[in-house]
Amino acid sequence: MKFLPLILRNLRRRPVRTSLTFLAVMVSFLLFGVLMILRLAFTMGVEVAGADRLMMTNKMSIIQPLPLSYLDKIKTTPGVSLVSYSSWFGGIYQDPKNNVFQFAVEPVSYMAMYPEFKLPPEQMKAWLADRQGCIVGKDLAARFNWKVGDKIPIQATFNRPKDGGNVWEFNLVGIYGGEKEVDKTQFLFRHDYLIENRRGGADITGWYLIKVSDPQQSEVVASAIDKQFENSSFESKTQTEQQMARGFANQVGNIGFMVTSISAVVLLVILLIAASQMSLAVRERTNEIGALKAIGFTDGRILSLVLAESVSIALLAGGFGLGLAWLIGQGGDPTGGFLPIWLLRPGDMAVGLAIATAVGLLAGTMPAMWAMRLRISDALRRS
Amino acid sequence: MRFIKQAFIVTLVGLYTIPKRFSSSIVAVIGIAGVVVVLVAVLSIAEGFRNALTNAGHVDRAIVMRSGADSEMSSGLSGPEVDLIKLGAGVKKEGTQPVASAEMFVVIDLNRKATNTAANVPLRGVDSTVLAVRGEAKIVQGRMFTFGTSEVVVGKSANGQFMGLNPGDVIRSGQASWTVVGVFESNGSVAETEMWCDVRVLQGAYSRGNSYQSVLTKLDSADAFTAFKDDLTKNPQLSVQVVRESDYYAEQSRSITRLIETIGYGIAILMGIGAVLGAVLTMYSAVVSRTREIATLRALGFGSGPVLFSVIGESLFLALVGGVAGGALAYAVFNGYQASTMNWQTFSQVAFGFAVTPALLMQGLTYALLMGFVGGLLPAIRAARLPITTALREL
Repeated sequence: MKFLPLILRNLRRRPVRTSLTFLAVMVSFLLFGVLMILRLAFTMGVEVAGADRLMMTNKMSIIQPLPLSYLDKIKTTPGVSLVSYSSWFGGIYQDPKNNVFQFAVEPVSYMAMYPEFKLPPEQMKAWLADRQGCIVGKDLAARFNWKVGDKIPIQATFNRPKDGGNVWEFNLVGIYGGEKEVDKTQFLFRHDYLIENRRGGADITGWYLIKVSDPQQSEVVASAIDKQFENSSFESKTQTEQQMARGFANQVGNIGFMVTSISAVVLLVILLIAASQMSLAVRERTNEIGALKAIGFTDGRILSLVLAESVSIALLAGGFGLGLAWLIGQGGDPTGGFLPIWLLRPGDMAVGLAIATAVGLLAGTMPAMWAMRLRISDALRRS
Repeated sequence: MRFIKQAFIVTLVGLYTIPKRFSSSIVAVIGIAGVVVVLVAVLSIAEGFRNALTNAGHVDRAIVMRSGADSEMSSGLSGPEVDLIKLGAGVKKEGTQPVASAEMFVVIDLNRKATNTAANVPLRGVDSTVLAVRGEAKIVQGRMFTFGTSEVVVGKSANGQFMGLNPGDVIRSGQASWTVVGVFESNGSVAETEMWCDVRVLQGAYSRGNSYQSVLTKLDSADAFTAFKDDLTKNPQLSVQVVRESDYYAEQSRSITRLIETIGYGIAILMGIGAVLGAVLTMYSAVVSRTREIATLRALGFGSGPVLFSVIGESLFLALVGGVAGGALAYAVFNGYQASTMNWQTFSQVAFGFAVTPALLMQGLTYALLMGFVGGLLPAIRAARLPITTALREL
């Protein structure tokens, strides 16, 4: 601590160079933070998916339906504590590019399944009272400036209404909120209204959502459920929500690998820049280091002084960059509905800071070793 | 003339001394090369994806779907509607038969080779006219499936990306099982990620009665499109939308390629700032270590212009080396790299190869030179402004 003023002085010696290094490191960690945001967004929250929730889809593919008659059989399967179901509606709000995804759900069991969706009780009551009612996430409502009481027309694609038209009209009865990591962009309406108002498909749903009483038993319960429907004309495939999310992320592509490779390139480059600047800074101080040694600074102290200098610049700049990335994460999904989970998590920030420290240490090691081994007589004799 | 000669000499002196400043020069080179690799690699994903989809689209073919549907996936057409569509004006005929294929499009779960996890692989039911409509499709292994049986042919990319799709394999999906009898190529397009079977057999397997999802028609010529479209949209018995096939696929590729390109440019700009700063540091230290030399040249009568020019020239040279190295690395590693992703419009997989095109390489190189120029500018100005006397006295 005593030597803090000395370190600060050294940093201020070449203000232009120090600030350039600072900026370069900062930009790299800003990029690192943004890449982490992207990775989380593209993996669609594999990490935030619940382990005690299962999703049961048609074995042929998720686009094939399942009979509603399965509901009772699933409910009575041992280990199952709650069952709900949902259908993808596939309608369009104004323009397909708006990416508004609607799901038909059974309100009571669905909201019990996802307690992280916070809906005021009186709005829940209103939803149960209105067959044409729908609720939306706070983020989605904010995007289109929707308010409770609005009528929202949704253009049908494959779910065509019975009356022959092409538009479904919903009454917005509630807006749900939730924690930061909760997807607040969903559009949910009543499954009984879907069945009543669509042409055909009176006895089918898209998939089932199942809560198990013991998350440890998820796999066992899943295979017990699937066994019941084997060799029927609607075979099922039950997975945990996490497996489902991971499968989806895999379908999009190996995002984790790409992000890691890009980050590696960025960090390598920044390491080089920082290391070369540190060795320049140390070499031009040869005389001084000799003087410090002459007045009794030990080799170890010289080593730690140089390392402290490079670590402090890396950590400071890295922290700034990560802070900027965090701000970007606060700004919300920039793609308009495509990447609903958009934030920089504290865990990733901690990883970033750890990497910054490592960059500082690595960048300082060579020059610090050089300075440590420097002989006083050589150092003082130099130019 | 004298300016050019002087600039040339000063630059040459600078370049000759690069080996002495190797370690600091390499920082700028690697920094810029890193940016170019990442930029070119990310953009080659977008380029490859776009290629896969646009290669599928032909201007002389039209896709007919129910109006309101946003893709084949959400469309539905009845048997009688399909018959009317095939009679539309401008549809090419072979003898008396319209060259049109009424199709069904579903996805089935198959495991991806790379990850061994399920992926939505498209299965397309096609008419017996399919090879006449899609002239570019060719069976390259095995044979075409026999209509009326549950045989399938699989696209070359599907064969490469997913498990159990070699001729002789049997795909079980629900109660149906499909026997793979051949592999087809289709100009490297998205069709190569698909599997094709007899549409009537597929209707049976999915209990769809006599219903289809789309009709792909070959037109007399690209110009016949408007007549065909007008004919169908004016027909009161039909409620359909008619899209030129090339537009249909271009539209599908748009949102994803835009997303990838935005991400690619965003990363490249941020990384570019870092690399420029690296170049600035390199060039500053180059100027510092050449202070005496530059001052000597100035004392000998060289102007400050050539000195300015030489520092920028050196920086551009380093950028060029970095740009070429980065481009070459990106080409060697990523060109043709096979991957697949989700096409959100049809909720199905699209396999594609990363495409490192000459245009992308030029873009990378241009960006590298830009970074080199910006990185060299400030140090160059400083070098040009060095007061000769103090510079000579320094060190």
